[in-house]
Amino acid sequence: MIAEQKPLTYKDYSTPVHINWCPACGDFGIVTAIQKALAKLQIPPHRVAMFSGIGCSGKTPHYINAYGFHTLHGRVVPNASGGRLANRDLTVIAVGGDGDGYGIGSGYFVNAGRRNLNFTYLVFDNGVYGLTKGQAAPTLARGMKTKSMPEPAIQDSLNPIALAIGSGYTFVARGYALDQSGDVLANLIAEAIQHEGSSFVDILQTCPTYNDLMTVKWFNEKPQGNSRLYQLTEEGYEGVVKDVSNPDEIIAKKAQAVGKSYEWGDRVPLGIFYQARLRTYEEELEGRLPNYGTAPLIDWDVAHRDVSKLLGALR
Amino acid sequence: MHKGDLTWLIGGPQGGGIDTSGLVFARYANRCGLRVFSNIEYHSNIMGEHSYYRVRIASKDRHSILDQVNVVVALDEETLIGDPHADFTSFKGHLQELVPSGVAVYDSAGKFKPSEATRSDITLLGVPLMDLLKEALRGIGREGDANRLRIMTNTIALGASVFAMGGDIELFAQVYRDDFKGARAELGEMNALAANAGYEYAAQQLGGRSPFDMKAIEAAVSNGHATGPSLLIRGMHACAFGKLKAGLHIQTYYPISPATDESVYLEANQRDQNLLVVQCEDEIASIQMAVGAANAGARSSTSTSGPGFALMVEGIGYASLTEVPGPVVFLWQRGGPSTGLPTRQDQGDLRFALHPAQGDFPHILVAPADPQQIFDDSFEAFNWADRYQMPVVVLVDKYLSTQSASLDELKMENLVIDRGSRYRSNGRANGAGDEYLRFAFTENGVSPRSFPGEEGGIFWSTSDEHDPRGHITEDAENRILMMEKRMGKLDLAASEIPGGRKISVYGPADADVTLVGWGSVKGSVLDAIELLAEEDGVRASFVQIRLLKPFPVEEVTAALSNAKRLILVENNYTGQLGGLVREMTGIHIPQKVLKYDGRPFSEEELVEGLRKALATGDARVHVSHLSA
Repeated sequence: MIAEQKPLTYKDYSTPVHINWCPACGDFGIVTAIQKALAKLQIPPHRVAMFSGIGCSGKTPHYINAYGFHTLHGRVVPNASGGRLANRDLTVIAVGGDGDGYGIGSGYFVNAGRRNLNFTYLVFDNGVYGLTKGQAAPTLARGMKTKSMPEPAIQDSLNPIALAIGSGYTFVARGYALDQSGDVLANLIAEAIQHEGSSFVDILQTCPTYNDLMTVKWFNEKPQGNSRLYQLTEEGYEGVVKDVSNPDEIIAKKAQAVGKSYEWGDRVPLGIFYQARLRTYEEELEGRLPNYGTAPLIDWDVAHRDVSKLLGALR
Repeated sequence: MHKGDLTWLIGGPQGGGIDTSGLVFARYANRCGLRVFSNIEYHSNIMGEHSYYRVRIASKDRHSILDQVNVVVALDEETLIGDPHADFTSFKGHLQELVPSGVAVYDSAGKFKPSEATRSDITLLGVPLMDLLKEALRGIGREGDANRLRIMTNTIALGASVFAMGGDIELFAQVYRDDFKGARAELGEMNALAANAGYEYAAQQLGGRSPFDMKAIEAAVSNGHATGPSLLIRGMHACAFGKLKAGLHIQTYYPISPATDESVYLEANQRDQNLLVVQCEDEIASIQMAVGAANAGARSSTSTSGPGFALMVEGIGYASLTEVPGPVVFLWQRGGPSTGLPTRQDQGDLRFALHPAQGDFPHILVAPADPQQIFDDSFEAFNWADRYQMPVVVLVDKYLSTQSASLDELKMENLVIDRGSRYRSNGRANGAGDEYLRFAFTENGVSPRSFPGEEGGIFWSTSDEHDPRGHITEDAENRILMMEKRMGKLDLAASEIPGGRKISVYGPADADVTLVGWGSVKGSVLDAIELLAEEDGVRASFVQIRLLKPFPVEEVTAALSNAKRLILVENNYTGQLGGLVREMTGIHIPQKVLKYDGRPFSEEELVEGLRKALATGDARVHVSHLSA
């Protein structure tokens, strides 16, 4: 007899660990959204592996009841990729900050896109290095000066959405950490997890301690009578590639997403910029290694290899 | 020099088939039952720079190269006389390495003119390579293909050299026939024809008399060897076999000389061997991906050289702190520092590999010195990684990767895979309140680990200092306990790893002089001590220190403390092992023989260095015969 399982709720993904983020940190909203997304998809905690980099965002796995790997600064993506390659039955979620992903980890951010491995990468984007007291991060625009910076930024910010498109991510979206309108971020993360391929969500997140420019108040303003933050779907924007066998459509949707990603200031779009169900790295591996499709790598019989043919070739 | 041994050498521009041709000759000699030791030297260059392949043949196992050459096959002028237009070149060509009555085979239609040779005690055997190729092909109606098949002029030259060596052309030609089978059988036959044409031409030119007699060496091969052909195995092959037998799941790598050969060999065989090989965007990604996979339950490894290892170091520290079972990192040393000598030999990374990251942390460092040891350590490294939950670095080098020697069999008996202490929840519920503690304090410091995906086995791990559950803590008492737990595992490893894996002692117990070294110098040292005994009556022994961390203090102390005289031999500038021995045992090795010109010790170089050290008592002797 199979005992009836109670459906999992977001509380099943919480831990009793004390959360030491600043009060009102935007990260709280993201943790809750991840927990809700996992509950929505009813993925058992032990099937989930959370990976993180270093910084405030790096502490996220400790607050989520799932296998948790708090790795090194900028190195979350290759660690998560290794975990996913070893066991494709795991739902792999990588999280990190904007400095972690777009600064010190930019090479890994870019190259993971090229691979299109089936995992989800969430970047907590607040424009500053919070844990080291508010230095400019790669998404802080030229000329901006937060209260903790001695001088304004004199480098351009990068555009994460456009960079993700150029790198090859097949699900590219932007969310907002403190969405008051319900479960919008949770639903977006759930879609990212369900997408087969590399999913990337840049999550606008407030740092109440060090970023006094992009505050909750700023995000909630209505500069021209319209909400600053809005959903792409409200404007009828369609980022999903319908026919993945049509390269023209793929290119057109990518170009559309890159164009849209430069909209900033009075209007900041949220939601899915681009999505295409393209061949994943796992599917490529199945072509090379027939076993890859049938069992997780860690379960392969690798203990009885016969190398006599290889030795014979050396005689 | 060991009398009776012969050296055959082929040199030419990189991209001209040196490696292929050298291997053909080495395999031929090996199949004849001769004991072969060979090595290739090459530039960091795709096409054009001087590359050469030496094949030493003997009636007994040899472990090093000889400077002195009997027959040289020159595919260009530079091979014979060097490049007179190059600045700062110490390489004056291989002609000067020929023994008296040595033979130089070269293209008589090429640039080299016999008048450029400064020696009259050798035979210059100019061969019209293209003419002979055309003629050979004409015999089978394929003369028109001669230009397309130009690479087969190498085979003509090789055929001529087989005569000069006193070899058997039919056995030689058979190597080509065996290499080209099925649809390509015709190429095998054409090469056999070409080899015969070169052989006949040389026979005619040399009046039917070969100056050297390979067959005599063959006759002298002792009967102790296997009847079938021996393996001709490179260090990188032995490494790959060790990994395959150890149950490696995933190998990650970023291309770098001289480490790439190993990864590409594994990659080429991944379909048949059920293995995942991933080429990464850099060495940082390579080690991090390997760590991620190891945390997920895979046996993982990566392979690199000095510059790549410099990028991997944070990953070593991370894996050690978070008690990851691995990864196994093969460090194929080359000449450093920085980009250094990308394709050349050096043992300069010992100190670096001993302490590659910040903080006090455990890892295992082992330096095998021949193909069998490389196989054994490659296999066992994964058991150590799983058993002690720490990264393992295997320190090898360019010379070990590219040298190939006759070996009757690679011993692969009694291989036991040990995945270490594993936590099984046995159906216990999963949840935040479960009792599984990934970093639990245990008697021996090793905490059972669960594989992600197992219900009830959820754990956390962090590169911060952490509590037994794997959450961040800066608590002072926890810090003390965790440091002791992690570092204590090194003592556990030291107590469990068998003595035979830690050091090896060769030669008489009451030797007049005891040489001390590690890694690839072993081969040259073994050949040198044999010669010192035969020619100088010096009874020498050799202590090879193989396990470098945890350092085998007792074993090394026992082996060195009663030695009559100690000399250190290292292929680097500072004698890094000497410093380590002194630090760990207090024993000062008063004399060093060093070589740091980017090339391995030849037999002659090491013997010369040792004689000088013995005669003068100098603290520091350095040798170099300025090979190409």
